[in-house]
Amino acid sequence: MIRTPLRPLAHVISARQAGENTDFIERHNLAKRHDIIHESTKGRFQLRLAFLAIIFFMAFATIVTRMGMLAASEPVEPNLVNMGSDILASRADITDRSGRILGTNLVTHALYAHPKKMIDPLLVARKLVAIFPDVRVEDYERRFTGGRSFLWLRKVLSPEQMQAVHDIGDPGLSFAPREMRLYPNGRLAAHILGGVRFEDESVNAAQVIGIAGIEHALDQKLRDPTSDNRPVALSIDLTVQDAVAEVLGNGMNILLAKAAAAVLMDVHTGQVLSLVSLPDFDPNDRPVSIFGEDPVLSPLFNRAVQGVYELGSTFKIFAAAQAMELGLVTPDTMIDANAPMDWGNYKIREFEGNNYGPLLSVSDVIAKSSNVGSANIARKIGAERQQIFLQSLGLLDISPVELSEARNTQPLVPQKWSEITTITASYGHGISTSPLHLAAAYSTIANGGLLVRPTLLRDAPIGKPKRIVSKKTAALAVGMLRGVVTHGTATSADVDGYQVAGKTATADKPNPKGGYYKKRVINTFASVFPANSPRYALVVTLDEPVDNTGPKPRRTASYTAVPVAAEIIRRVAPLLGLRPALDLSQEIIASANLDMAPSE
Amino acid sequence: MRPLLYLLTFSGVIALAFWAYRENYATQNSIEEAKVLRNEIAHLREALSVQRAEWAYLNRPARLRDLAAMNFNSLGLQPLTSAHFGDPARLAYYEAPASAQAHLSVDMVELQSLDDPTMAGAYKP
Repeated sequence: MIRTPLRPLAHVISARQAGENTDFIERHNLAKRHDIIHESTKGRFQLRLAFLAIIFFMAFATIVTRMGMLAASEPVEPNLVNMGSDILASRADITDRSGRILGTNLVTHALYAHPKKMIDPLLVARKLVAIFPDVRVEDYERRFTGGRSFLWLRKVLSPEQMQAVHDIGDPGLSFAPREMRLYPNGRLAAHILGGVRFEDESVNAAQVIGIAGIEHALDQKLRDPTSDNRPVALSIDLTVQDAVAEVLGNGMNILLAKAAAAVLMDVHTGQVLSLVSLPDFDPNDRPVSIFGEDPVLSPLFNRAVQGVYELGSTFKIFAAAQAMELGLVTPDTMIDANAPMDWGNYKIREFEGNNYGPLLSVSDVIAKSSNVGSANIARKIGAERQQIFLQSLGLLDISPVELSEARNTQPLVPQKWSEITTITASYGHGISTSPLHLAAAYSTIANGGLLVRPTLLRDAPIGKPKRIVSKKTAALAVGMLRGVVTHGTATSADVDGYQVAGKTATADKPNPKGGYYKKRVINTFASVFPANSPRYALVVTLDEPVDNTGPKPRRTASYTAVPVAAEIIRRVAPLLGLRPALDLSQEIIASANLDMAPSE
Repeated sequence: MRPLLYLLTFSGVIALAFWAYRENYATQNSIEEAKVLRNEIAHLREALSVQRAEWAYLNRPARLRDLAAMNFNSLGLQPLTSAHFGDPARLAYYEAPASAQAHLSVDMVELQSLDDPTMAGAYKP
């Protein structure tokens, strides 16, 4: 570069001659030089600025992209924890008291369709109907061509059906994984288990929720993901349940009964070992209850828990026990039992117009099942005390058992507890309770007078025992019940070796139009065994049974419920590990053995 | 001195970066492996639950009762009744048959003659 001088001599001389300041020339030239330098370096600095801008832009772009990705994506934890144990986030199994499965899950698939993706919807409809014969081909054709883009077709598929659908090979058919509830024992214990249905169905999974029985009552516990799939053990014994169901079913058929129910309970813990209601249903294929249909006729109706009946003379023992507890009577006190008894507009009669009077001992009132006798015992007790006593036995309240049906079954009790209520309640009329209530009340008496709360769970905590009647009263009451079997109305229940003690009841069925039916009865036998050291309580109820073996039809419990209950005890007691006491002289020794016998 | 310090620091950084790089991939491999194993466990659990369900189904009381009835001739299975309980008091005490008793007395005589110390010590009846 040619360097031009800042003060060229020629310019300086001419400026001096003109009398001007020569510094201006230097400044002017200096400015010119700076301009040239500026022009030459401008490009380089611009390049540097651009470079820096790109760097900053990229750095910020990276941060923005990363932030955007974090904000837009699903937050996922590094999948290191929770290995293995609860992958099947499923409903817990239900088992019986020794771990045999009553309800479990099975992985299966549901079938859905994308009709718009189908290659030949009409052909698919025809082929599907060949696999599922219960559907009409027109229905599928209409649904596939109706313009919908998504359809559920089947809730569950068997593996064979799934393979057959696979073989159709249409891209419009897809499978959604499902966990289906399976009850391997079929109808057995159907009313206890209840049933389930799918809710919140999606392509990935569906929620299974309980809709009845223990599945509904313990829904939260069964669904609880923190339970780690620990099965819920019921107090039911599968073998005993099956034996009871078989005997009760046979008895119901022979006696032409419309329905039947049985409850077997451990009198010390209140654990229900068997609870049967017939007719029953298959919980794997739960029938739909028809709206408007009388629920009592439905097989879904749990007669042992929901069926509130006037359980008749089985209540007499409560009057006798309370009177003894209050010190009003002893088993040998003579009671006025002169029938019929007039009370205002009412006439209290005995069965078939008998008269057991004029006087009967309290033991014989129970053994002969005298309505008048128990009415007179109840009058000694009085309305208020009787109501409090029946309440304390749990007969007037909702049963605490873990079944959803039990929670909305309120025993039917008159609004006002008048004196006629006292009289009829003493022999079990005017009050309607379920067989389960009765079994719990009998268990309380058999448990030495300590309150028993029924439960269906094997590991249910036993609360602090509450005394209802004294041990002595309880023993006397069981002794009276034993008398009913040895020389009263239930002699056919005298099962060898098991000293059954119990009380029969034959109650006329109430007519919905008012009054009572003449020839329709509910027969009940409530029992505890063995009498010298009660371990189990059994209540058997038959709806409209009739024994046609004699010259004329017999409808009393002695000929219907009692033999059935006896057969149940005969079958079940050995299964429960009860050692029979066969000789009367050995009863005391045997009772000592019984305490040592294992319960399972 | 300073170049050496720089060299050491840089090589240290490179070594750590290399280690972290390897650890990263080793972790990812382990996670992948764990995923495979978890899937396998899930499948096995599912298979197990199916087996359990099948076992329960095959052992349902109704089926066992039918099988017992079908095979009554060969097995003779009956419902348990109170008659199947025995009373220990009715069991007779063991009485050895006469021939065995004879043997026993001979043995006793022979044993009594063993006054000599044995390996287990002297025999004292």
